[in-house]
Amino acid sequence: MMLEPIPIQKLKQRFMLHLDPVLLYGLGALLLVSLITLFSATDASWARIGGQLINILVAFTVMWIVANMPLHWLMRIAVPMYLLGMALLIGVALFGDISHGARRWLNIGVATIQPSEMMKIAVPLMMAWYFEKNEATLTWRNHFFAAILLAMPVGLIVRQPDLGTSILIAASGFYVLFLAGLSWRVMGGLFVAALASAPFAWGMLHDYQRHRVMMLLDPSQDALGKGYHTIQGMIAVGSGGFLGKGYMEGTQTHLDFLPERSTDFIFAVYSEEFGFLGNLILLGIYIFIIGRGFIITANASTYFTRLMAGSITLTFFTYTFVNMGMVSGILPVVGVPLPLLSYGGTAMVTLMFGFGVLMSIHTHKRLVKT
Amino acid sequence: MMHKIELKNHQREIYFFRLRLFLSLGFVTVMFIILLLRFFYLQIIRHDYFETMAESNRIYVVPIVPNRGVITDRNGVVLARNYSGYTLEITPDKIADIDATIAQIGQLVEIKPKDLRRFKKLMSERRSLQTLPIRTRLTDDEVARFSAQLYRFPGVEIKARLFREYPYVETTAHLLGYIGRINQQEIDKLEEEELATNYLGSDYIGKTGIEQRYEAEMHGVTGFEQVEVDAGGRAVRMLARSSPQSGKNLTLTIDAKLQEIAVQAFGDHRGALIAIDPNNGEVLAFVSQPGYDPNLFIDGIDTENWDALNNSLDVPLNNRALRGQYPMGSTIKPFMALAGQYYNARPATREISDPGYYTLQGSSHRYRDWKADGHGRVDLFKSIVVSCDTYYYGLATELGIDRMHDYLEKFGFGKKTGIDLEGEVSGLLPSTAWKMKRHKQQWYAGDTVSAGIGQGYHLVTPMQLAFATATLANNGVAYKPHLVKDIQHAANEPQAVPQPLYDVKIPAEHLDLVKRAMVAVTQPGGTAVGASLGAPYSIGAKTGTAQVVGMKQGEKYDASKLSEYNRDHAWFIAFAPADKPRIALAVLAENGGHGGSTAAPIARKVMDYYLLGKVPTPTKTPDAKVSAEHD
Repeated sequence: MMLEPIPIQKLKQRFMLHLDPVLLYGLGALLLVSLITLFSATDASWARIGGQLINILVAFTVMWIVANMPLHWLMRIAVPMYLLGMALLIGVALFGDISHGARRWLNIGVATIQPSEMMKIAVPLMMAWYFEKNEATLTWRNHFFAAILLAMPVGLIVRQPDLGTSILIAASGFYVLFLAGLSWRVMGGLFVAALASAPFAWGMLHDYQRHRVMMLLDPSQDALGKGYHTIQGMIAVGSGGFLGKGYMEGTQTHLDFLPERSTDFIFAVYSEEFGFLGNLILLGIYIFIIGRGFIITANASTYFTRLMAGSITLTFFTYTFVNMGMVSGILPVVGVPLPLLSYGGTAMVTLMFGFGVLMSIHTHKRLVKT
Repeated sequence: MMHKIELKNHQREIYFFRLRLFLSLGFVTVMFIILLLRFFYLQIIRHDYFETMAESNRIYVVPIVPNRGVITDRNGVVLARNYSGYTLEITPDKIADIDATIAQIGQLVEIKPKDLRRFKKLMSERRSLQTLPIRTRLTDDEVARFSAQLYRFPGVEIKARLFREYPYVETTAHLLGYIGRINQQEIDKLEEEELATNYLGSDYIGKTGIEQRYEAEMHGVTGFEQVEVDAGGRAVRMLARSSPQSGKNLTLTIDAKLQEIAVQAFGDHRGALIAIDPNNGEVLAFVSQPGYDPNLFIDGIDTENWDALNNSLDVPLNNRALRGQYPMGSTIKPFMALAGQYYNARPATREISDPGYYTLQGSSHRYRDWKADGHGRVDLFKSIVVSCDTYYYGLATELGIDRMHDYLEKFGFGKKTGIDLEGEVSGLLPSTAWKMKRHKQQWYAGDTVSAGIGQGYHLVTPMQLAFATATLANNGVAYKPHLVKDIQHAANEPQAVPQPLYDVKIPAEHLDLVKRAMVAVTQPGGTAVGASLGAPYSIGAKTGTAQVVGMKQGEKYDASKLSEYNRDHAWFIAFAPADKPRIALAVLAENGGHGGSTAAPIARKVMDYYLLGKVPTPTKTPDAKVSAEHD
C-alpha cells in the first residue's frame, strides 16, 4: 500500500471504489425506514435506535470489506467456510445450548455463536464454487452432489429446530441449482416427490411447527394462543387502511397488541402506521434493490459469480416475501425477520455480507474489463 | 437423456443462464403481485373489518351500575335503601384450588361457616367467569389488611359496592320481596327482552314483591365508560363516558307504622292482613305472617337458613295475602244479602223461621245452623248481625248458584285483583258451568246450600276479600288496589290520579241496610261485639270461619301441633268509620278459631292507629275481653 498522504478526494474514491452507488441508495433508504419504524415500534427508545445504528455500522463495515475482497479470495474461502460451518452444526447438534426449546447456539468459549447464520452464505458459496470447478463437464451427477451439499446442513438446521433459517438456506441453495441449469424434469420430479413426502414431512415437524401451519389455515381457532401472532398481525395491517394511522399512532403497536414488533413483526408496525401507500413505497424500495441485484447478476462475468449473485438476490427476495407473507397471514409464522428492517445484528451482518459479495462481483468485473 | 457438451459455447451458456434469470424475475414479479393483492385485500377491501377488530382490541367498555331506587312508605319512611360497603369476591374460574385459597383468605379476614355455606351454594349455581362473594360487609380494618396482601391472591378482589338493605326486615318481607343475584334464567329473559346491555354490570335483580314488579323503574340506566386498554388489560386513558341514571325512587301507599302495628298485632298467629283506603284503592298495610328476613337472600341464602325457612311448618315463604286460598266462610253473607236484593229473590223484610237447621224440599238431610236451637225469626238485617246460616241456606237455594256467581263476580271474587305484585292467584268462584268443566259433574242442589255460607267450593285470597270489602265500603265504586303511590318523576310530569275501575251500582237502600247490619255486628247482639268496644268511631264488620279441610302439612309431622293446625281459620272484614269509610280491611288468622276472637282484635289495632293515631300499649291487649259467641 502507498504510504504517502492521500488527498480527501482520493480517499473518497478509494472508499467508494468497490461499492455500488445504486445499491447503496436502496440499502440506505431501507435502513432509514428501519430506524423510523423501529423508533415507533419501541415506543421511542433511543437505546434501541443506538443499538440498531451500531448493527448498521458493523454490517456496513463487513460489507465494505467483502466488497473489497477480490473474487478469487471469495472462492478460496468457500470450502473451508462450508466445512467449518458443517463442523459447527454438528457441534451444535451434539453440545449446543438449548434456548426456547431449540438447540441453535454453540458456546465456543469466547462467545456463543449461531452457526446456521453463517451457512446462509457458506452453502450457496460452496455450491457456486463446486459448479464453477465442474463447469466444463457438468452432468446430472454434479447437480446431485450439489444437492447433497445443500441437504446436509438444511437437515441439521431443521432438526435444531429452526424452520425459518432452514427454509432460507434451502431456498438459496435451490436458486444455485436452478440457475446452474437443473433440468426441468428433475425439478418436476422433485416437486412430485415433495408433494408425496408431505405427509411424512408433516410427521417430522415439531408440534409447534405443525401448530403454526394449522394456525395459518384458521387462526381464529386459537385466537389467544398460537393464532395470536397471525391475527394481531393481520389486524394491524388491515386496520392501517390506505394511508395508515399515522406515525407513532398505531394502536396495535403502541398498546402492545403486536408481538415481536421490533423484530419479526416490524412490517405490521410499518403497515399499520403508513398503510397501503406506505407498503407500496416499501415494496418499491425492495424491488429497486432486487432489480439492481438482477442487473448485477445478468452482467456477472464468470459462472461462479453469476450463480452467487443470482442466489444472493433471490434469497434477499425470499426473505422479504416470507416475512411479509407471514405478517399478512398468507404464510405460516416462521422466524424470518424482514431483511434490513427488523432489529438485530446477526441477520443484518449476513445480509450485508451478501451485498458486499454482490458489489465485489460488480466492481471487480468492471476492473477486470478495464 | 444427457447431453455432454464437449465444446463450451460461451454465448449459448449465457443465453441459457439469462433465460433462467428471466424466469426468476418473472417468479419474483408474480410473488410481489400476490403480496400486493394481499395488502389490497387486507387494507382496502377488509379495512373496515380490521379497523373494528383493532378498536375492539383497544376499547373496553366498562359498565357503571346505576344506584337502585329507594323505596319509602307514604310518609317517607325508608323501607329499602342502599349503603356502600366492601365485599371480598372470588372468581372461581381463575383459581385452581378454591379450598386452599379460601383457607388462606381465612387467615387474613374472618370467614364464618355461614359465609362458607353460602359460597358453596353460590358455587353450585354460578355462571362461568362470575365473581362470587366470600365475605360481605368487610370492616375498614379488614379492607386495609387484605388490600396489602391482595397480590398474593389472583382471582380474588375487593369490590366497593352498594348494598341493599331492608330495615323493616320481616315486617315488609312479603310486600317488598328482595333482590338477589341474577341467575341464568333471568339472563335469558333479559336477553329476550333486549335489556341485557343495561344489566352488563349489574349483579342483582328484583326477585319477588315490589322489587320484582318495579324492577324496570328501580334499576336505572347503566352508564358506560369507554376505556383504552393495552394488551395486558390495563386502562391507559378514558375515551368517553355516559353517566348512569339512578333508578327511580318509589313511594308506596303503605304506612310503615301501620304495617308494623299490624304485624305486631298478629303476635304468634299465622295469617294475613290487607288494609285498603276504599276511596282510591291505596293499600295501607299488606301483611303475611310469618315473614322472613329478606336480607338473607340478597347475596344468596346459606343452606342452613334456607332449610329452616323452607321446612318450617309455618311456611313463612308463602305469601298468604296474595297466594293463600281459603274458604270464605260467613264473610260471604253481606255480599249474599246484596245479591238477594239485587235479584229480588227474597225481600229484605221477609222473616224466616230458623229452627236451627235447613232442609231441601224432598230431602231429609239437615243443614245445621251454627246455633243448634236456631235464631228464631230472622230477617235480612238480623241474618247478618247474628250470622244466621239457615237464612243463607235458603237464600242461596232461591238465588241458584249461577246468579250467586254472577253477582259475587262484580266484587272481584274468582278474579285477580290486579294489585301490582307478581304471583297473585284468582281464588275460586263456582258455577254450574265451572263444575261441569272442572269436575265433569252437574251441579247439585246441596252444593248451593253450603255455598250460601261460603263453604264448599268457594275460595278467596285475603287480597280479594279486602278488595271486595273496600268496594262495598265505597258504595260499590271499585278502585284497583295498588301499592305504589308515586314513582319518582320530573316536577312537570303530571301525576296519575287513581280512577275508579267500575261501579257495581248498588241501590242506596240495599247498601244502607247491609252496612247498618254490619255496624250492628260490632254492637251488642252482634258476632263481634267486642270489636268496637270503646271505639270513638263506628265500625262495619263481618266475622267468618273457614273450616280447615286439610291444610297442606310439611314433611315433618308434629303430632302435638296437629290439633292446632286443624283448627278453623278466622276471618274478619271491616270498614271504618262506617258512615264515611277511610279504611277497609280483611284479616285472616290461620287456625285462629273464631273470627271475632282472634282476627277482630288485630283489625281493631290497625284501625285505631290509622284513624286515631293510637299506638297499642305493649302489654297484651284484652283479647279475652272481646267476646265472640260465634264466627
